Amino acid sequence: MSELKGIYALWYREMKVFLRERSRVISSIINPLLWLLIIGGGLGSAVSFEGYDVMTFIFPGVLIQTALFSSVFFGVYIVWDKKIDFMKEVLVAPMRRTSLFVGKIIGGSTDTLLQILILFAIGIIFTIIGIMPGLQLTFFSITMSLVFLLVTTAGLVSIGLIIGSQMESPEGFQLIISFVIFPLFFLSGSLFPITNLPKWLAPFIYVNPVTYAVDGIRGALLGTYQFSLLFDLALISLFTLIMILIGTYAFKKMKL
Amino acid sequence: MPIIETKNLTKKFEKMTAVDKLNLQINEGEIFGLLGPNGAGKTTTLLMLVTLKPPTSGTATINGFDIVKQADKVRKSIGIVFQDPSSDEILTGYENLKLHGWLYDMPSDLREERIKEVLELVELTDRRNDRVKKYSGGMRRRLELARGLMHHPKILFLDEPTLGLDPQSREHIWKYIENLAKEKNMTIVLTTHYMDEADKLCDRLAIIDKGKIAVLGSPIQLKKNLGGDIIRLKAKTLDIDVLKNLPYVKNISPCDGEVCLTLEDANTHLQEILKLVGKVDSVEIRSPTLDDVFLHYTGRAMREGSPEGNWTEKMMNASEKT
Repeated sequence: MSELKGIYALWYREMKVFLRERSRVISSIINPLLWLLIIGGGLGSAVSFEGYDVMTFIFPGVLIQTALFSSVFFGVYIVWDKKIDFMKEVLVAPMRRTSLFVGKIIGGSTDTLLQILILFAIGIIFTIIGIMPGLQLTFFSITMSLVFLLVTTAGLVSIGLIIGSQMESPEGFQLIISFVIFPLFFLSGSLFPITNLPKWLAPFIYVNPVTYAVDGIRGALLGTYQFSLLFDLALISLFTLIMILIGTYAFKKMKL
Repeated sequence: MPIIETKNLTKKFEKMTAVDKLNLQINEGEIFGLLGPNGAGKTTTLLMLVTLKPPTSGTATINGFDIVKQADKVRKSIGIVFQDPSSDEILTGYENLKLHGWLYDMPSDLREERIKEVLELVELTDRRNDRVKKYSGGMRRRLELARGLMHHPKILFLDEPTLGLDPQSREHIWKYIENLAKEKNMTIVLTTHYMDEADKLCDRLAIIDKGKIAVLGSPIQLKKNLGGDIIRLKAKTLDIDVLKNLPYVKNISPCDGEVCLTLEDANTHLQEILKLVGKVDSVEIRSPTLDDVFLHYTGRAMREGSPEGNWTEKMMNASEKT
């Protein structure tokens, strides 16, 4: 009971911060929108991917991009948080580290999913007014996409939290962008089809868990799979599960 | 049985030993101070006691629980006010306290009652619904103090409780800390590098230098142990040797280019001393302060002024540590 109250407290705090720091939310949505409109629109004027116009094709990738940046940053932020912010108060409270980790995942995932929902809504509007034809908007496709995004986000928040909990100073932050976020994004097939990859590139794409999230969402929203819905879902769930397990351990070992 | 007992508590960072085989016993209901210059190991000691940093070797018990093996039970017994801010500035003062109540599993009616109580104590009732971002440094400190007390911990740890506060807020917080120890029989452990703060507040204090206890006792006792008064002499040429043979001079030490004598009944002997040393530029007679105690036991004057908690500096050091 007490652990649930603590988890709720952490979630409550994230929600208050989310609702009050609107500028942060806006900037996190503007960036993916620019990708969608400029890369999608610009590239789309010259080529098409697998018979889809580029903007439509990369929309699932842009959703994942939001998930990736927002959730990994959220997690890594605890490196600041535990030094100058609220985290110390939580660390010294009589609450299990596991509950703290769970609270952080729930808070970070809600935070990220709310941003994704805004982007999703914009996508739906684009589809209706004809900027982005080709999205299959059914109850199933939307629900399925959200399931993928939820599971992926939880795994990505965990990655951020694992890194953040083990880092002792924020100096390595740039490295995380270069070596974690960008590779996960660019090597996921978010921005291009992965059907005819060069031999040297293919392995990198196949070991990236985000690839399967993009494939699953693209399958649901566009009807074009590289793998299969079940395979994608199983793989991304396994990835998230492993990240949560590692994260629980990392939080137990967390130092100030 | 002491409520806090450390046994050879040690913390080593890569090259330096921050806390070196510390043995301390703190009794229930007392205000105990850890006094020392920056980098003496006060905050590290405190962070180990509140279970946020594991000791390299040795251990401590708090309220009967081991800080390593029973960390969660220790956390239930304590409250802490950190040196760096640890409240959420996007939330209001009231919301910060409410979160604290949840984290400590307080029943809702008790929580609301205590929030009301502690807000009144630190005089923040009328600012309760303002975001912490809008608080002054002193108000934020008071809010965090209120938060540390809200669940009525048996032991309250305060890390530099009045660092960077204006004199009025400091007085205010001192009075409040004294009341808490008296009325609620709370044990209070505080670190400080302000001599006046240690002198005024603490029942007993340990002067910490380079991770070790230089001396321990009540402020009055420590000053008394130095023996009598202090005469400070400034002169161009000074023959210390003639003073060494005087029976009533207890200690002679150079301090900041001058000479300090510790002796009993300085007023009577001043005449004779001046006659012996000849022409001096200035003379000062005073009762000993904790500064003198510190100087006596460590051989150095305490560097005051540059407060700890310099965030950028700490971030730069952080990668080297641990």
